[in-house]
Formats: sequence, structure tokens, C-alpha cells
Amino acid sequence: MKGLVGIKLGMTQVFDEDGSVTPVTLIQAGPCYVTQVKTEDTDGYNAVQVGFDEVKASRLSKAERGHLGLLKADAKHGTRKEAMGVPALRHLNEFRIDNPSEYELGQALTVETFDVGEKVDVTGITKGRGFAGVVKRYGFKGGPKTHGQSDRWRAPGSIGATSTTARVFKGTRMAGRMGNDRHTVQNLKVMRIDSERNLIAVKGAIPGSKGGVIIIREAVKG
Amino acid sequence: MSDVLMKAFDAPTREDLPEIRIGDSVTVYVKVNVGQKNERVQMVRGLVIAKGGYNNNEHFTVRRIAPGGIGVELTYLVRSPRIESIKVQRHAHVRRAKLYYMRGRTGKSARLKEKRY
Repeated sequence: MKGLVGIKLGMTQVFDEDGSVTPVTLIQAGPCYVTQVKTEDTDGYNAVQVGFDEVKASRLSKAERGHLGLLKADAKHGTRKEAMGVPALRHLNEFRIDNPSEYELGQALTVETFDVGEKVDVTGITKGRGFAGVVKRYGFKGGPKTHGQSDRWRAPGSIGATSTTARVFKGTRMAGRMGNDRHTVQNLKVMRIDSERNLIAVKGAIPGSKGGVIIIREAVKG
Repeated sequence: MSDVLMKAFDAPTREDLPEIRIGDSVTVYVKVNVGQKNERVQMVRGLVIAKGGYNNNEHFTVRRIAPGGIGVELTYLVRSPRIESIKVQRHAHVRRAKLYYMRGRTGKSARLKEKRY
């Protein structure tokens, strides 16, 4: 499972050779650094932990710095982690992999992980919409706007039967908090890659706001 | 978020095309697909009534009166490789950025005063 962490830049459109236009979302992805390799023997499963987004070391907690091998003590004692040589990284994310021996600590992963034309899954946190009504949240029709109706246009309608059930079923769709959830969009085509500037353009829209943290993975249903 | 990064995959600007202004009468030569494979150049002559967008999305709208007196509006992307060439016939003196008021006009009322430089 190939994966990268990135930041959503925004949407634009690109021209193909024949002049047709495709809507794309630009993601600044990587360079990501391998910060931990988990194997079946040591952790019970195979995975690689990668970090993204360089920050000042002082922005991280001491525990995070210790995990990345950035503490003075690491340098002094020449511990295993000190050899990682990774910068201070803001975001850490784990990807399940088949073969942990392909990865080593401190290895940099760039946008070249993916090829143009490949299908990817993109995960992000959707924009928060606050306390949303049923029309916005679930696409209910609402009520009639005319014919003598009042205060019914965005109402949910009936939420259950009367005395035969005498209660509202669990999971009945009602108004409530919407957005700010983790969502994945599957099978987006990689349209362009700029390895110099660490950019990926994927076809279509992806969850989240500009500047939001995005996880790009090889498509599960490829 | 950096503007520079947003422009990373933009097509180059078309230096060969003339500058278009609102109110210009233009002829746009644009490649169109005929059937599966064949391509031909279509000529559209009309009035530029709107411009919009930036970077790769910059576009303009040409309004022409098709046979039968039916108004047709076509929007083109300025950087599109499908645009063969553009000729500016005349500039009109206009006081709006969008000439949507032309939609309600035909014949005499659809005339615009020419602007000379």
C-alpha cells in the first residue's frame, strides 16, 4: 500500500493534449519521511509510519521529538533513532504494507511514489457545517412552500408512527452536527505530477478545506 | 496557500492571441471535433459580452445572432489549445464590464458606438 500525506491547495483545471479540460485538485504531498517501520514480529502487523510537514523542533512536544530522534540525548549517545536524520515533522500517519523490508528509517517518500494515470484514494476531514437541518444534512425534500403551509419548508416530516411503536427508532435521520468527519474519495485519477515542487493533481474534488491535511493512498479497488 | 503552486500545471499564456476587451467584435477560430477523428476549424463571429476567471480558467463569452434571430452565447477558455486564432474587428464604447443587457436587444437597439484609438 503506497501512501503519502499532503496538504490540499485548491482546485483548478488542466488541459489535455487534445484541448479537453479536466477539473483537478492540487495537493502538496511530501516529502514524507519514514519515521517507524512496524513488522509482524515486533508489532503484530506490517506498517510504515511516515511523517510530513517540516516544522521547528520547538513546535513539537518532547515526546514527539524523542520519537523522531531529535533530542540532544540522542545525538550524545548516538542511539538508533539519531541515525534517522529526519527533520521535525508535524503530522505522522501509518500505512499498512506487505513488505516492511522495502522501507528503512529516515527514507524520503516523494510524489514519484505515484504515476500519472494511476488511481488513488484520497482521505481528508470534511468541512464542518455545524448544526445542520435535515434538508442539508440528508437531502430531505422539506415540506410544501405554498398552499397554505406555514413553517414547513425545511421540516423533516414524520419521524415515526404513533401508538403502535410509541417511540422513535434509533438512527432516525434528524438534524445535527454535520461535516468535520473523516471521508475518503475513491478511485481518483492522478492527472499531473510535479516532483520538483512535490505536487500532485488528482481529478475531481477531495474532502476538506484548502490547507487541510490529506492522505493519498493507492486505490483499494484499483 | 501559494498562488505560484496553484499555477504549477497551467498552460502557458497565449502570446499569439490579441488582447480582448468587453464590447469587442471578434472572430474566433476554434477547432471542433467532427465525428470521431476528424477536426475542422469553426469560425464564430460575435460580440464579447463577458470575461472572467484567472490563470488556467480565464475565459470570455462571445454572443452572436444565429440564423433565425436566435442569440447564441459561447464561452471559450483563453489558454485553450483548441483556439486557433482570434481576430478583433472593432472596439465598441461600453460602460459595463458585462454586457448582459445586449440579450434583450435586437436590431437597432443592439448597436454599439464604435471606439477608436
